[in-house]
Amino acid sequence: MRGLGKLIWVKLKLFFREPEAFFFTLIFPVLMLFVFGSIYGNEPLDIFGGRGTVDMSVPAYMGIIIATTGLMSIPISVATDREKRVLRRLRTTPVRPHTIITAWLVMYFGITLVGALLLVAAGKLVYDMRFDGNVLYVFLAFTLGTLSFFALGFVVASLAPTGRTANIVGMVLFFPMIFFSGATIPWQTLSEGVQRVGRALPLTYVVQLLQGLWFGEPWSEHLLKVAVLLGMLIVGVVVSAKTFRWD
Amino acid sequence: MAVDEVSFEVQEGEIFGMVGPNGAGKTTTIECIGGLRRPDAGRILVLGLDPQAKGYALRERIGMQLQESALPDRIKVWEALDLYASFYRPSDDWRPLLEQLGLVDKYNASFAKLSGGEKQRLSIALALLGDPELVFLDELTTGLDPQARRAMWDLVRGIRDRGKTVFLTTHYMEEAERLCDRVAIIDRGRIIALDTPENLIQGLGVDSRVVFSVEGTFSLELLQTLNGVSRVEQSGERVTLYGQGEALVGQVINLLTERGIRFRDLRTERPTLDDVYLALTGREMRD
Repeated sequence: MRGLGKLIWVKLKLFFREPEAFFFTLIFPVLMLFVFGSIYGNEPLDIFGGRGTVDMSVPAYMGIIIATTGLMSIPISVATDREKRVLRRLRTTPVRPHTIITAWLVMYFGITLVGALLLVAAGKLVYDMRFDGNVLYVFLAFTLGTLSFFALGFVVASLAPTGRTANIVGMVLFFPMIFFSGATIPWQTLSEGVQRVGRALPLTYVVQLLQGLWFGEPWSEHLLKVAVLLGMLIVGVVVSAKTFRWD
Repeated sequence: MAVDEVSFEVQEGEIFGMVGPNGAGKTTTIECIGGLRRPDAGRILVLGLDPQAKGYALRERIGMQLQESALPDRIKVWEALDLYASFYRPSDDWRPLLEQLGLVDKYNASFAKLSGGEKQRLSIALALLGDPELVFLDELTTGLDPQARRAMWDLVRGIRDRGKTVFLTTHYMEEAERLCDRVAIIDRGRIIALDTPENLIQGLGVDSRVVFSVEGTFSLELLQTLNGVSRVEQSGERVTLYGQGEALVGQVINLLTERGIRFRDLRTERPTLDDVYLALTGREMRD
């Protein structure tokens, strides 16, 4: 894994040099929390089973961050680097492919995690957010959701011929997911028809799994969600391993 | 098929050039040699290693600058060098390369802000990391202005003079002629000639040219009778005489003076690799 540390560090610096990317991953979800927190506060509501808006929103917005890195950042960055022959240049050195891919995964996972922690900090400090779950379980669910979306993102990056195509495909997947999954608009307020669409979208399972574990529900109530996300992870890894091109 | 039965050996410490038009198979050849592409058939040994089986071990010892390969727009010059240096063992000190390639004052510049020549120099610097024994430079000077191209030639000679072997491709015949110790001319995926530029030019018996302008009219047939002349062309005042032999120019001047024909701007053009290419393929090389 020679070069791994430098690869991660440079990738991280490049990420912060693209204002759109770090705004939507790190700043925007917290801003949304402040906007809706200031409108609705965090009073317990019947529709959320006695939880407040902020209590529900923090795990839900983690879904937005996961979708942003998985469906936007990764496909655009990887497909653009391939299109501009950045990957080809890397391959002329002795650096191993698995080192490059590990660096990407570590960097994007780190960014996603930091985004989630900023949400938690904002919820805790500003709105006295409730948390009834097990931190380790929530972290595991977060990791599963994140990796399964990264796998989907790599499929897009593998199949898209250019950065522009990757961008468009990413958006086509991203927008329905964040609006119909309960990530932005609470699931309980969505109409029956929209919920039916939502059940076909993997982000719904990320959001519901995170919210469930957040409030201390056992894994056994969420086996279907875990299975869906694991399935997406495995299929995504297999498909991108078979189709990924450096050139 | 991009490349078909290309066979050659490169000597240690030489600048070996592969020259031919775009699409002739130069980049494909380099990619096979560097282990980035699997040849359908044939055997390649580079520094005693099989590029397919030992690609990573090989790429420790070679440097490759590939055509059109790039860096992220927002990476800085020093970051690119620092990153790429970390891929080699022992991690190479890249600072001297900044100096050698004239990039010291671009240390903190973003890749996107560099000029074409600066990008190429950075690309060469990256190819020189890890102290390679063999350096591949693919279409090094494409897109550079003549001045930058000449500077690049000096740079490549400097790399050879430090004891490294250079394998370069170009579609500029002039570049191959001026820069390379030996040249392989590749056309449609095959090597059609391989030798020193001097031998290639002489060995083919390609005609030299004597070019001059005349005032008034005179008979071209007079010139045709000279020894070693193969043909004479005239366009307006301009006469071009093709032929061989050391005495050619002298004969022409003697004849013109004897007959009292007034001429000016007489010069000789020795054949170039362009002529060799034309003679070998029957086609002009295009840029």
